[in-house]
Amino acid sequence: MRFLLVEDNVALSKALCDRFALDGHAVDRALNLGDAEASIKAVNYDLILLDIMLPDGDGRMFLKKHREHLDQTPVIVLTARSEVFERVSVLDLGADDYITKPFDFSELEARCRAVLRRLGGAAHNTKQFADVVFNTTACELSFGGEAQSLRNRELRLLEVFFTSPEQVLSKAHLMDRLFSFSDEVSENAIEVYVGRVRKKLIGSGACIETVRGLGYRMTEQP
Amino acid sequence: MIPPLKGSIRRQLVLQLGAITALLSLAFFLSVQVVAEKAATDTQDNILAASATSIADALYIENGAIKLELPYSALSMLGTISEDRVFYRVLQDDTTLTGYVDLPAPNPPTISRVPSFDTIIYKGEEVRTVAVTRNFSTGKTAKIINIIVGQTRLGLAVTSSAITATATGIGIGFFIVAIALSLWAAQNTLRPINRLALSVTRRGPTDLRPVTTETPAELSPLVTELNSFILRLKSTLTRSEDFIAEAAHHIRTPLATLRTQAEVFYQQMEKPENRKTLRNMIRAVDESSRSAGQLLDYAMVTFKTDQLTTQNIELGHLLEDVCKRLSPAAELKDMQILYSQSRAEVMFKGDSILLQNALRNILENAIKYSPDESDIKVSLETDENNYRLVFIDQGRGFAETDTAKLTKRFSRGPNVSDVIGSGLGLTIVSDVAKAHHGHLTITSNTEGPGACVTLVLPSS
Repeated sequence: MRFLLVEDNVALSKALCDRFALDGHAVDRALNLGDAEASIKAVNYDLILLDIMLPDGDGRMFLKKHREHLDQTPVIVLTARSEVFERVSVLDLGADDYITKPFDFSELEARCRAVLRRLGGAAHNTKQFADVVFNTTACELSFGGEAQSLRNRELRLLEVFFTSPEQVLSKAHLMDRLFSFSDEVSENAIEVYVGRVRKKLIGSGACIETVRGLGYRMTEQP
Repeated sequence: MIPPLKGSIRRQLVLQLGAITALLSLAFFLSVQVVAEKAATDTQDNILAASATSIADALYIENGAIKLELPYSALSMLGTISEDRVFYRVLQDDTTLTGYVDLPAPNPPTISRVPSFDTIIYKGEEVRTVAVTRNFSTGKTAKIINIIVGQTRLGLAVTSSAITATATGIGIGFFIVAIALSLWAAQNTLRPINRLALSVTRRGPTDLRPVTTETPAELSPLVTELNSFILRLKSTLTRSEDFIAEAAHHIRTPLATLRTQAEVFYQQMEKPENRKTLRNMIRAVDESSRSAGQLLDYAMVTFKTDQLTTQNIELGHLLEDVCKRLSPAAELKDMQILYSQSRAEVMFKGDSILLQNALRNILENAIKYSPDESDIKVSLETDENNYRLVFIDQGRGFAETDTAKLTKRFSRGPNVSDVIGSGLGLTIVSDVAKAHHGHLTITSNTEGPGACVTLVLPSS
């Protein structure tokens, strides 16, 4: 997926890009509205993440203009103000969703996914391993002509496995993806979700094997 | 008279004008009375004098003696003004020639030709008398003839009481007309004040436009001051609103940077002890940003509940929107928000931004305090007087169900110390409910573990 991030805070913008890169998304950064305008003319983005207070103007104006040009690219607004501060909701201006800073990255990710799913832009967001097709926007796992829907944590777990197939992933690494920092969970909790995902993969050409003392790895069925 | 500071100007004005009118009416009545009585008396006096004069003119001298042929007209003319009794007496020196001998003669006797008048009590009645003096020369000696004519004053009393009645009538009439006029004048004078007061009171608490009602010169300094006050209030309000918004931006943006960087760093970290430390740091950031966020939200909600901007809202849509907005957050814990749509449209007059915030706070709590893979049931119920927005979760529930305690600022339930929270969420909800004349109820879920939070809004 290719995202455009319009955010003037360089540190935040850089950190978000790094974080999205971990999931295999390509993110272009624009530090002001001028850059953003130039970028959307040149590239067809899957999603735009837009800050409101920018050095050369108000993100809401950009949003309005963007919608007036009948551009259907989904927009998620990143704002430091919560909705009580707004006289006109950014949703009314054409944003597909918004998130209040500071946010949990997994929530931003979830919102991105929800927006993409809602707008049906799922076609080119699939990953394949062996005979298994994993569609992250539709939340589906399909093989042998049958599709199974996934719950959110199963989806997030599979996302890690499909991004790094044939690699050993530590329990800690997987934990990070499934639980938020406020959750107090033991590392054994991951076993429950791995168990569920294994069940869903039964009958396919892929499986998740335990690497004793190290973690798990997705590999092809022997 | 120093006008009192309190009370109605109108009443003051009417009372003062009334007092002045009463004084004027009284003066008018008295002067009419005096003038009328004088006129009546003068009339009687003139006729008495004419009567006496005609008697005097009828005197003649015969054989050196003074004779009198009493002219009938002298007495009949007195009858023209009233039916009063008439007395007369003609004296030659001290001898009565004719008439009532006991009718008192003026003492000392008048000597001029000018008739002299007097009011005496005679035969138990008030009698007005006139005395006329004539000098007769009978050849040898000069004789002084005194003619006295008297008339009782009953007719005069009747006339004067008639005049008094008329004067009283006119006085009262004058008073009534004057009071009516002063009422009208007071009303007219006060109309611009009333109009100004009405145009100020009619505007809602959020209307901060300047007052444009046309006012008389005396009121224009007041209106000018009022408008400048409104202007200052408006700019203060805007400034404090902007300030809270600015504060939110300046607090949240660096926290967002800090958090995201820490998260990226955390992903790359291998050593468990380092990870633990960083994890605690991120939790601390979350805690402070949650508190800061809720504090700023609370400040804004307090600000906005003071000047509510109401519009017609379909509560079903509002509730559904909030559920949709929060479902990605619920999905992160594999939770579901089950919203059962109500059949009928439920229109409510309220501030949609505040209500949204309240509903979001309730739902966020439900998500935060519920276990993974549980459900939150959301429904909109209506009864005769209320709309009830009900949220039932399967979480840990409330150890305390005293709503007053739970909605107190910064107070949190005794069973939630392990979860990040600011103690302001329910305060915000309850304040928003109160601003809409509703309330918040907190009970336990009747169908198992968990809580049931209901936002009750009046339907009329």
